[in-house]
Amino acid sequence: MIEEKFDAIVVGAGMAGNAAAYTMASRGLKVLQLERGEYPGSKNVQGAIMYASMLEKIIPDFREDAPLERHLVEQRFWMMDDKSHTGMHYRSEDFNEDKPNRYTIVRAQFDKWFSRKCRDMGVTLLTETTVTELIQNDQGKVLGVKTDRKGGAVFADVVVLAEGINGLLGPRSGLRTSPKPETVALAVKEMHFLPAETIESRFNVKGDEGVVIEMVGTFSKGMTGLGFLYTNKESISVGLGCLVSDFAETRESPYAMLEGFKNHPSIAPLLEGSECKEYAAHLIPEGGYKEIPQLFGDGWVVVGDAAHFNNAIHREGSNLAMTSGRLAGEAIHRIKAARDPMTKEHLKLYKQLLDDSFLMKDLKKYKDMPGLLHTNSSNFFLSYPQLVSQAAQNFLRVDGTSKLEKEKRTSRAFIEKRSRIGLISDAVRLAFAWR
Amino acid sequence: MHIVVCIKQVPDSAQIRVHPVTNTIMRQGVPTIINPYDLFALEEALRLRDKHGGEVTVLTMGPPMAEDSLRKALTFGADRAVLLTDRFFAGSDTLATSYALAAAIEKIGEVYGKPEIVFTGKQTIDGDTAQVGPGIAKRQSLLQLTYVSKIAELDLDGGKITVERRSEGGVQVLETKLPVLITMLEGTNDMRRGSMADALRAARSDLVIWSAKDAGIEDILKCGLRGSPTVVKRVFAPAARAEKAEQIEIRPAAIDTADALIETIFGTLPALETELVELHQTL
Repeated sequence: MIEEKFDAIVVGAGMAGNAAAYTMASRGLKVLQLERGEYPGSKNVQGAIMYASMLEKIIPDFREDAPLERHLVEQRFWMMDDKSHTGMHYRSEDFNEDKPNRYTIVRAQFDKWFSRKCRDMGVTLLTETTVTELIQNDQGKVLGVKTDRKGGAVFADVVVLAEGINGLLGPRSGLRTSPKPETVALAVKEMHFLPAETIESRFNVKGDEGVVIEMVGTFSKGMTGLGFLYTNKESISVGLGCLVSDFAETRESPYAMLEGFKNHPSIAPLLEGSECKEYAAHLIPEGGYKEIPQLFGDGWVVVGDAAHFNNAIHREGSNLAMTSGRLAGEAIHRIKAARDPMTKEHLKLYKQLLDDSFLMKDLKKYKDMPGLLHTNSSNFFLSYPQLVSQAAQNFLRVDGTSKLEKEKRTSRAFIEKRSRIGLISDAVRLAFAWR
Repeated sequence: MHIVVCIKQVPDSAQIRVHPVTNTIMRQGVPTIINPYDLFALEEALRLRDKHGGEVTVLTMGPPMAEDSLRKALTFGADRAVLLTDRFFAGSDTLATSYALAAAIEKIGEVYGKPEIVFTGKQTIDGDTAQVGPGIAKRQSLLQLTYVSKIAELDLDGGKITVERRSEGGVQVLETKLPVLITMLEGTNDMRRGSMADALRAARSDLVIWSAKDAGIEDILKCGLRGSPTVVKRVFAPAARAEKAEQIEIRPAAIDTADALIETIFGTLPALETELVELHQTL
């Protein structure tokens, strides 16, 4: 047992854990951070896109030395069938601003940097140290943690659980349940290396500009799923994710699906000549607002993916992680400054700060979306992409058929596939869920 | 008792590749580790300390990022870490490296007590020379025990140490006087997992960081590229062998397997068969 007592112990050194640790240490708290990986980021495989304004609130001048890949100037959204894609692209010179809004990052490098910032601020970080259980008293108050190291019990006023989506600690201690298969996606990703000049010419960008493509379509075989492609400085992150319950039901293999995806005629030319250096898989919380567990209790709070904070519709995960970590850190600091105990009653402040922030407001807005997309997955991810593709081709091919007849054909195809009532009901439900 | 363990931060050779065109090692993005052979030396040192008392100092020469390896060594339980870092050391071969390390060990002796034992790994996985350990011993006038597989006995009062040394054709049991330099073989022990207290101490302790001047090195010309007579004339990746290993199925009876093996060998080397048959006839 370690005699020394800390103000706070943070379990995990990902986005949420680092944000919490940094926030607390920068306000003078004595923070111990425990990470099971060999170094922060070694277990993190996110895509990834990082949103500047959420990090600015923690480290305002991060652009000076953070390992950023490219700032995004163009977003593409594709609906794909087996041979085609119908796309919407948005590109703007406005994104080439002094302080860009979105960046691609490589988490293994970014997390190392973030962790260095935490340590510079005074956080004591132990790596290769797994927290095995929470130390609780008879009333369930969390007093500290036990680790897998000899003499590994250590105590603190509060424990911040930033253990990620499949963290075992919270469920094992009865603080929350494990995520259900229908509320988490399994994402697989590859990193493909290409020279910077090739990426720039292939994606029509220059310097540090970057492009993101997000796709839905037949590649997910009717499952609720999303494909993605991000340009980094000298590599491309490409991957896809589908709900775990869908994978279980369809018996599809994620890896085979990714192979098919990479060989799609719209994607293969973008990757041509690249060298795949890394294959990774990870779980992503997709359940939204309805799956958020109890967020605080006597002597503990939960942040980031572990708290199911992910906006699946806008694919915002790391910024919610950073924001929840920061707000937990701020709440803990305020309670500490007021010399109040870290009880459930006082830690409620964390939840109040969350409720007042964009984080909870956004998640609440889309609370019905995950359910809708899942129950109608074959329509949204299989039928509609095919129909849209057919419609586009029908419209563009000039073959002597009258335009009126073409329009009729297109609407007939939609109705045959989904019925008039089905189409209207999907549209109405989508509108309500988006509201 | 004071033990100094020399370690080196090396690229993880399992993840390193040779550039197909330039034939240079591609270090970019390759994670670094403590030279695996050095870990056997460190663990052996920690065991001796636990049994006989005293301190273990780890020493490395390298760029500032070698701090990671030293902190790791502290997490395993080493008492002190010294980083010898200076731009004068860049480009050192084994001669210049052993010169600098020997000077640092001399300085460590002055500041923290003269070491009874200096440990190194058998060799590093990036250089593979096995020259630095003996080089330090020579400069420090230490007796040297290389390729040690086991520390059989340490008699501090008597100033003696007995070790087992692997050599061609067997194991030598050697006894010698302290102080001594030992290069440790692989597979001789399992590195321990540091306790929580060790991990905390490692995360928070200050490393001893010395420049060439701090270590008392006066002759800069013996350091780094200028002190390194070794010239790399050519680096090349050996061509992959065309022939593949042939597998022979094991038959129920051992003699049948042996027959099948001989048949296969003679099948590829008919000259050998003729030669052996002739030899057999002359006998």
